[in-house]
Amino acid sequence: MNFQDTIQQAQTSGDFQPLVDSIPYAGYIGFEFQRFGDNVIFKLPRNIDNIGNPILPAIHGGVIGGFMELAGAINLLMFMDTPLMPKIVDFSLDYLRAGRDQDTFAECQVWRQGSRVANVAINAWQNDRANPIATARAHFLLAKK
Amino acid sequence: MNITAQQKAERFISVLRHCQLLGLKVLQADETSLKMRLPYSDDIIGNPMMGIIHGGALTTLMDTACGTACFVALEGMELCPTLDLRVDYMKASESGLDLVAHASVTRITNNVIFTECQVRQETDDTLVAKCNATFMRIGAEMTPAGFRGVIETGDASIYMGTEPLVKSGSKVSIKTEGES
Repeated sequence: MNFQDTIQQAQTSGDFQPLVDSIPYAGYIGFEFQRFGDNVIFKLPRNIDNIGNPILPAIHGGVIGGFMELAGAINLLMFMDTPLMPKIVDFSLDYLRAGRDQDTFAECQVWRQGSRVANVAINAWQNDRANPIATARAHFLLAKK
Repeated sequence: MNITAQQKAERFISVLRHCQLLGLKVLQADETSLKMRLPYSDDIIGNPMMGIIHGGALTTLMDTACGTACFVALEGMELCPTLDLRVDYMKASESGLDLVAHASVTRITNNVIFTECQVRQETDDTLVAKCNATFMRIGAEMTPAGFRGVIETGDASIYMGTEPLVKSGSKVSIKTEGES
């Protein structure tokens, strides 16, 4: 099955695991998610391979960014009517505290979906959702139907 | 300390596990600029339809290139965490091509460092992404002796062990230092 069929099947069935499984980078960093009805929490399980600061140790900031960017794209595929993988246009990431060597979570908020571009905010946290480790804003280009 | 800017950069990234797994390599470094390569790999594809490298790997490349440029630009052993990163994705990279980050330090103040970076396809110089990143200065006294030792001696084993680096639970294998 090609990737576009995988996306369509996920959107029809509501099961996005096969879609995530077909994205190599998701497996590379260990990307997971769990849906609760119309909400979804994305998870980056503790993984020594994601360490980018050996002193603390802490997760590489680029991995945190990749995790959040991927969460933003999957979130759009789950809840918005877009038949292709959204293309990232720009990404602005603020680091608030070090991402420790432990599980990390993220949730997304789609502030606006226009006909071509979507604006998505992504927050990532570890122990406490009220104390995020990073906050990001991304624009994605959406494919036309 | 009698090491070159390039050695300082190479030793800095030698203990960043995720960067070693990605195969990041310092191509050139001096006091104001740095070039770093991300080799193409099927393992970091974000869109399987096109074989495009995921933006996360590019973010990691740019964050590492700019952060390493800061470390090299400062005298001594001052580590600087990333404050923020703003990335524009100009064009999807072509499948199979290695990417090179061209990072430069724009300005150093007492508290922050401003950097900018462009990612280009190595073979044809096509611009793939640009970023501006800002780093905090937390002071050289925050750098532990063990990390200083890595930079002074080039011995990464304190953080990386002595076994060859292999991605845990996967098929990705990593080249050791010295191989191209």
